[in-house]
Amino acid sequence: MTDEDYKTVGFKSGLEIHQQLLTEKKLFCRCPAGKYNHRFDAEILRHMRPTLSELGEYDGTALMEFKTKKDIIYHINRETVCTYEMDDTPPFEINDQALDIALEIGMLYRCSIIDEIHIARKQYLDGSIPTGFQRTSITSVDGIVPYKDREIEIIQLSIEEDSCREVSDYGHKRVYIADRLGMPLIETVTAPDMKNPNEVAEVGKILSNIVKSTGKVRTGAGAAREDVNVSVTGGTRIEIKGVPSLKRIPLLTYNEAMRQWNLLRLREELKKRNITSDTFESHTFDITRILRKTKYQPIANSLQEEKIINAVILRGFKGLLNWQTQTETYFSKEISDRVRVIACLSNLPNIIHSDSTSETISIAEWQKVKKAISAKDEDTVVIVWGSEMDVHTATKEIAIRAKEAAIGVPSETRQALKDGTTGFERILPGPDRMYPDTDLPPKRITTDRIERIKANLPEYYWEREKWYKELKVPADLIEPLAISKLAGLFKHAVTELGIDAKLAAKVLIQYPKRLRKMKVEFDSIDEEVMLALLRAYKQCLISKEGILYAMHDAIKYGVFDLDNLPPPIDEKDIPHVIQYTYAELNRKSLHKKENIGKVLCGMVMNKVRGRVDGTFVSKAVSKFIKELK
Amino acid sequence: MGDESYKGYKGKALDALKNFDALVWSDVVVDTGKAKYKGIILPRSETADQFHVVLKLRSGYNIGVLADSIKDIQINGRKEAHYKIPEKAFPYDPVKPNVKLLGTGGTIASRLDYRTGAVIPAFTPGELYGSVPELADICNLETEKLYGVFSENMAPEQWIGTAIAIGKEIEKGVQGIVVGHGTDTMHHTAAALSFMVQNSPVPIVMVGSQRSSDRPSSDAALNLMHSVKTAAESDIAEVLVCMFGPTSDEYGLLHRGTRVRKMHSSYRSTFRTIGEIPVAMVSRDKITPLRTDYKQRRSDKMVKINTAFEEKVSIVYYYPNMKPDIIDSLIDNGYKGIVIAGTGLGHVNKPLYPALKRAQEKNIAVYMTVQTLWGYVQMYVYDTGRDMMELGVIPTANMLPEVAYIKLGWALGQTNDLELVKKIMLTPINGEITEREPSNGYLIYQGGIPEVEEFISKHRK
Repeated sequence: MTDEDYKTVGFKSGLEIHQQLLTEKKLFCRCPAGKYNHRFDAEILRHMRPTLSELGEYDGTALMEFKTKKDIIYHINRETVCTYEMDDTPPFEINDQALDIALEIGMLYRCSIIDEIHIARKQYLDGSIPTGFQRTSITSVDGIVPYKDREIEIIQLSIEEDSCREVSDYGHKRVYIADRLGMPLIETVTAPDMKNPNEVAEVGKILSNIVKSTGKVRTGAGAAREDVNVSVTGGTRIEIKGVPSLKRIPLLTYNEAMRQWNLLRLREELKKRNITSDTFESHTFDITRILRKTKYQPIANSLQEEKIINAVILRGFKGLLNWQTQTETYFSKEISDRVRVIACLSNLPNIIHSDSTSETISIAEWQKVKKAISAKDEDTVVIVWGSEMDVHTATKEIAIRAKEAAIGVPSETRQALKDGTTGFERILPGPDRMYPDTDLPPKRITTDRIERIKANLPEYYWEREKWYKELKVPADLIEPLAISKLAGLFKHAVTELGIDAKLAAKVLIQYPKRLRKMKVEFDSIDEEVMLALLRAYKQCLISKEGILYAMHDAIKYGVFDLDNLPPPIDEKDIPHVIQYTYAELNRKSLHKKENIGKVLCGMVMNKVRGRVDGTFVSKAVSKFIKELK
Repeated sequence: MGDESYKGYKGKALDALKNFDALVWSDVVVDTGKAKYKGIILPRSETADQFHVVLKLRSGYNIGVLADSIKDIQINGRKEAHYKIPEKAFPYDPVKPNVKLLGTGGTIASRLDYRTGAVIPAFTPGELYGSVPELADICNLETEKLYGVFSENMAPEQWIGTAIAIGKEIEKGVQGIVVGHGTDTMHHTAAALSFMVQNSPVPIVMVGSQRSSDRPSSDAALNLMHSVKTAAESDIAEVLVCMFGPTSDEYGLLHRGTRVRKMHSSYRSTFRTIGEIPVAMVSRDKITPLRTDYKQRRSDKMVKINTAFEEKVSIVYYYPNMKPDIIDSLIDNGYKGIVIAGTGLGHVNKPLYPALKRAQEKNIAVYMTVQTLWGYVQMYVYDTGRDMMELGVIPTANMLPEVAYIKLGWALGQTNDLELVKKIMLTPINGEITEREPSNGYLIYQGGIPEVEEFISKHRK
């Protein structure tokens, strides 16, 4: 699709980016942040019930989750979870380190900082938080980030606690591990200012770079998660939840726009058939007896466990369950998803329908069913099976989703699936799920605090990039360095220590990668140590070649100690080293005489590595060999 | 303009709102020059400062805007909150037992209070079961709100009123009674009701919640279901406390009203039976007795209500280096009874002796309990104990300090004759003193020990 096409369908998209902050402790308790464990010591079981919002209304999502009647199990590990996360102890005061970072990022987005923050409870009845709500607070609003020749509006930035990681969700049991729970994160919400799928990914990248450039956010898998809001003209704002990587955004948003467009066309088709939300008609029947001898495996298996079978007639829907919604995805999937999530019928297939061309129950059985429930030619019949309670919920949901087709695109949050399509996750929650946290008082953001943070605000990464270009930093290092937490150190090395910019960039960006390849964890190195190391280089105490080895040692021993390193060698001494190494070599018998240059160079390097420039050695050895001949 | 129009606002914030005629609940755009906020003006907590105006933004978030920075408030309408659970008539089924729910307050029946920003007891029990429809599967429920007070404000007046209300309900022939109560002093009230309501033919079940009912993971609904089931179906005709067994939503424990204590400031499973085992376990499906020596349900109405109570009774928690003036001040202020929570087996230091002697001379009843909670007072083991008994201090075996305090008030309410008081105090009414402590009556397992960790890993907390 071209930009013009996206304009025609009225593509609009906004982002909600969740980014974990790099703090030592969690947001509302003093558990360590950033520690994950798969091992757990104990289990807790909870159920969630919907409660009224502050303005006295129930939230739609909350009611949906209540319909699911799930047992929620939490796996907890005593090292990462205390009684706060278990919801058995009230919150402690908000983590000031985290709040400072959130305020700093708000300033970088040029937001207005809120004068007095109020902690809210945002209801999540899926169980991802044991309290049933997330503690969250808006810290700033109304910002902008520059993009191309325009500005993208930042609606708001909030600080909140992270949720549990889901382990499994099957039938009426959902399992979470609670280690991530309570870690501080910020949520940045942009206006729906992006006009095509690529723009969404590009703006996502800019926002991500801005937060990374502070050096105060977590990186790596799961540290940043995007929710993408998509709508088309006449459609509805749909939230695609938890997109793990920016690269996946274009395909997902494309598919979601297509889905909405196709659902709107489906509504037109229904209108043509005179089906509106007022005239929509559906009926449910128990057909357990009719199909009790079926050979269709999914149903036959279920009947062995004393389950029931129901049929739902959708009047006038013939053929429409095969209506395409996304790439290789059809309207029947919208129904099946609802049945899976809300009625907890997780075994797929969980429905069959009379529009289907694939083999299900036999033709004779279909005819028997249709006759028994008086289905007409223009109708579609959907069959669902399972426990009585689940089938009861399922038939209601089938009718609800079919009726919604006559209304348009239902408000939902949708999962990002691996194939780039989206699947139903839950009804889109509204402002009714917000409730003030009565456990914590409001907190004033003082002018002193704002001034202190403002005074240490980092430059924008694009300004850094401009400067790096002037310094002739290698092109591939410019962006990584600009958003690195070592950008400040780089600046100090170049401006204060007078170290060559190219070398400094290489040391701070390339060397950590090389060390990681050597299975040495660079992140454990202290900035102070790096500074000491660069200073030593500047004072000629270690050679350029020696920096990598010095870093290696500093990480290995935890300290940077010059005594651990051999001193640099004067280039004048190299011919002498070559001379006596050659003598050693002569005592051995070489397999292939023509390799003498390589072997000699290797042996010399072993003696002087890290103490002198390697290219100088190689040249000196070549010269020596030439002179031999 | 009345207080309600600018609810909770004072000083600069009040001035700013008045300046623009912006009442609470107005739908507004607030302009600070730097930013424009669209939202609804909310009432402000009275304990919050005078510098900020609270707005609920369109997103549902609340923020505080510095009053001094407000340049303009544009008013576009009004949206007042109506926080009310849809109240539904409770279905009546002639086959089901009739249960009465008496409300006294506490977090089981609470809602948001804008004045203080905290939760207040404000749901009528009627609204309460509107939100827990499962109750209709168990019984026919009638409710009556006796009081709407926090747990810490429960006092003799409320204990007496509740005991009388229970007596009336038994007269009317209900099959069970549930008392909704704040958790902090639930064990005090449980003890009071144990003494004031004797020989009840039906269960009297006290219940509360550790997480208020405005939270999705509240224990209120399940506690209510457990307690109503106990009142309707169990054959335990005693005063019981029904609260979570583990912190998980699994089962509740039924604790005898005289042996129960709140043991954690915030855990759901905070109530524990001390020095004994609970009477029974209760889940949504069944009631499982853990002991057999409970008083059985009967079909008569022969309840005895005795609400006597002397308020001039105190409890003194002994600490090293306590000075006699603590005891003296109680004597000088006309106290008639003192319960001491002593150290170890029931001790206080020697400097207190003259004051104890004075108390004895003034005819003040002094009783000894242990601050260890578990175990018996034993004043013969050391000389200090014997000395104190000489001074008229009477050991109360394994009665819990709070229970001894309630019982002494109840006993002194009936008579000033200290011999009679002593007889009442030391004759157990329902397990406040037991003859023996079973070997599983004291189980505080320590985390970290391999076998304990193994247990925790196998059973839900």
